Amino acid sequence: MLPATTITNTERKNDSGLGSLRDLEMRWQTAKYRWELLTEQLQIGIRMKLFEYEAKSIAQNLGINTPRGAVASTSEEARDIHKRIGGEVVIKAQVLVAGRGKAGGIKFAGKPDETRERATEILNMTIKGERVKKVLVEQKAAAKKELFASIVLDRANRCQTVLASDQGGVDIEEVARQAPEKVLRHRLDPAFGMRSYDARLIALKLGYQGAQQGSFTDFLSNLYRLSVIYDAELVESNPVIEMQDGRFVAADLRVIVDDNSLFRHPEFQERSKEISSEVTALESKARDNGLAFVELDGDIGIIGNGAGLVMATLDLVRQYGGKPANFCDVGGGADAEHVATALQIIQGADKVKAVFVNILAGITRCDEVAKGIVDVKKVMGIKKPLVIRMVGTNQEEGRKILQSAGLTAMDKMDEAARLVVSKVAA
Amino acid sequence: MAVLIGKQTRAIVQGITGNQGSFHTRLMLDYGTRIVAGVTPGKGGTTAVGLPVFDTIAAALEKTDANASIIFVPAPFAKEAGMEAIDAGLSPVVIITEMIPARDSMILIEYAKNRGATIIGPNTPGIITAGESKLGIMPGDVFKPGKVGLGSRSGTLTYEIAASLTHDGIGQSTCLGIGGDPFTGLNFVDVLKLFRDDPGTDTVILIGEIGGSAEEDAANYIRDTKYPKRVAAYIAGRAAPQGKRMGHAGAIITGTEGTADAKMKSLREAGVLVAEVPSELPKLLLHQVSPLQ
Repeated sequence: MLPATTITNTERKNDSGLGSLRDLEMRWQTAKYRWELLTEQLQIGIRMKLFEYEAKSIAQNLGINTPRGAVASTSEEARDIHKRIGGEVVIKAQVLVAGRGKAGGIKFAGKPDETRERATEILNMTIKGERVKKVLVEQKAAAKKELFASIVLDRANRCQTVLASDQGGVDIEEVARQAPEKVLRHRLDPAFGMRSYDARLIALKLGYQGAQQGSFTDFLSNLYRLSVIYDAELVESNPVIEMQDGRFVAADLRVIVDDNSLFRHPEFQERSKEISSEVTALESKARDNGLAFVELDGDIGIIGNGAGLVMATLDLVRQYGGKPANFCDVGGGADAEHVATALQIIQGADKVKAVFVNILAGITRCDEVAKGIVDVKKVMGIKKPLVIRMVGTNQEEGRKILQSAGLTAMDKMDEAARLVVSKVAA
Repeated sequence: MAVLIGKQTRAIVQGITGNQGSFHTRLMLDYGTRIVAGVTPGKGGTTAVGLPVFDTIAAALEKTDANASIIFVPAPFAKEAGMEAIDAGLSPVVIITEMIPARDSMILIEYAKNRGATIIGPNTPGIITAGESKLGIMPGDVFKPGKVGLGSRSGTLTYEIAASLTHDGIGQSTCLGIGGDPFTGLNFVDVLKLFRDDPGTDTVILIGEIGGSAEEDAANYIRDTKYPKRVAAYIAGRAAPQGKRMGHAGAIITGTEGTADAKMKSLREAGVLVAEVPSELPKLLLHQVSPLQ
């Protein structure tokens, strides 16, 4: 087998000759570093993850082999599926969180009645906060070899990158840490995407020749087509099984669709509204009201405009010894209602002992912010110590509105942060 | 002197007839930006904010001498709007639009690269050369002319920091937001390269945030090229929990890489003046001459 190094089109063009051993080592190091970046990138935000059975259903339509099987919502259905496909089966929990295998969400069974029992167990499980509602029952594949293949949007290189390895079926991140050279990386030209020779080069580097090379080339090309058609940030099959008969089969398949492309995929729009199990009750309440909100473990409620400014506000509060209870970005151009909702939700949380509103108005207007705060005061009262820092567009109008309701705003973010921390400490 | 835009900039506003487009065109004109036309498909022959509107950029260029563009069109149309500007030879192309599909941005950025155009954004507050020209949505009055170049991944935080610099008498040459999306036309290394060759800039400020590797890449570049100008930085997100989203796609951490502390450390090791809080930046610039001393 050829050494599994990272060779991209551009790099090859620039190569003056054969790579020295040092170059190879450097590439391995780079591959390792980039892997870490990629895995980080894979966890951005709440995203449009597809269930395995959904991913496999679209894959089948594109000519990607998957094990014979079907999805079931009850244990009886699971048993009937087993009867239909026969042999030994695997029963897999259909959840969006990672790590179902370790949590016991994947079981094997030799007989249909056994499948019913295992399915009952799995359908009663909650994995990392996510209730299991469906199981996928599939024929257990006769594997000659297990591989790993993935196509991701690679932000550091501004392209799509293929990751592939002949060490599949295991924790691939661990493989990348222990032996980065075992994970091939191949960048795709952003303008033209995967050409057949891109896929063939990867097949070759994985040691495939002749018909097997063609077969794996087709498999990868189809995964790539899926990534394009569905605007996938990630298409990943681990393991890809090389069967005794030489076919390649996606035994597992993860697909994450780019949220921003949902206007092109009406079929997923409803699905995207389902709330991720990783969201807390407070977070879901805030998000339903259009706020970018993350719950944290402290006691000072934070409201601001702009993600960067809110982050800096959290940092300042921490710097002065306080603990933020949340991140809440009302966004650019927020109106009074938005601000009022944010304040209501945050001061209503038991854990919050004081609230810090930090507004630097550009598109946002101080008078709107002030109106929102005053509305809350009139309707439900200000229930927790409140510190307001508010400067920028329409500052004077805003301050007048606050003053008329007996509230004041500060100029300096630092002083305001110190003050709010002292209110909680006192 | 400044980078990318200045008095010589004559811009087209793509999406001028929309709410955001017309509102900010007015503010840009108020700032003194030379805007020569607007483009909205289907509205050619009308006027908006006192400017002629054309159906396409090619049509606008028959009547005007534009050399740059700012885009406010909705996300589904942003990729082709950007390509149209690039095809017409306009640069820079500032893309304010947010929530553009990552694949579209990837293709557009490659398109620009192959044709020598500069893209700022997407999902950026834009770019301003203090006292000369503003292609963006930032409040103009917090900036004042001077010698500090500023590149940022954030919007409001940029205004916060520019305002504190201005308050302490430190003016700016050009300030630009690279954009909050996973794929952006410029990264911090590109920003450093631009300011390196600008005689009007003697100090560069980078405003980063958690997630991604743009700050680490900048630190490597500064160290490896013995960057000749003073660089200062602030990184937002030290208090961020791991693995939680902070409003921006880019703002996330899941391990040691990409954390604010890791970024601050690599920047410090490259000789960058790193502020602990935003208000410390002007103090660092006033009291420290060079990071290398």
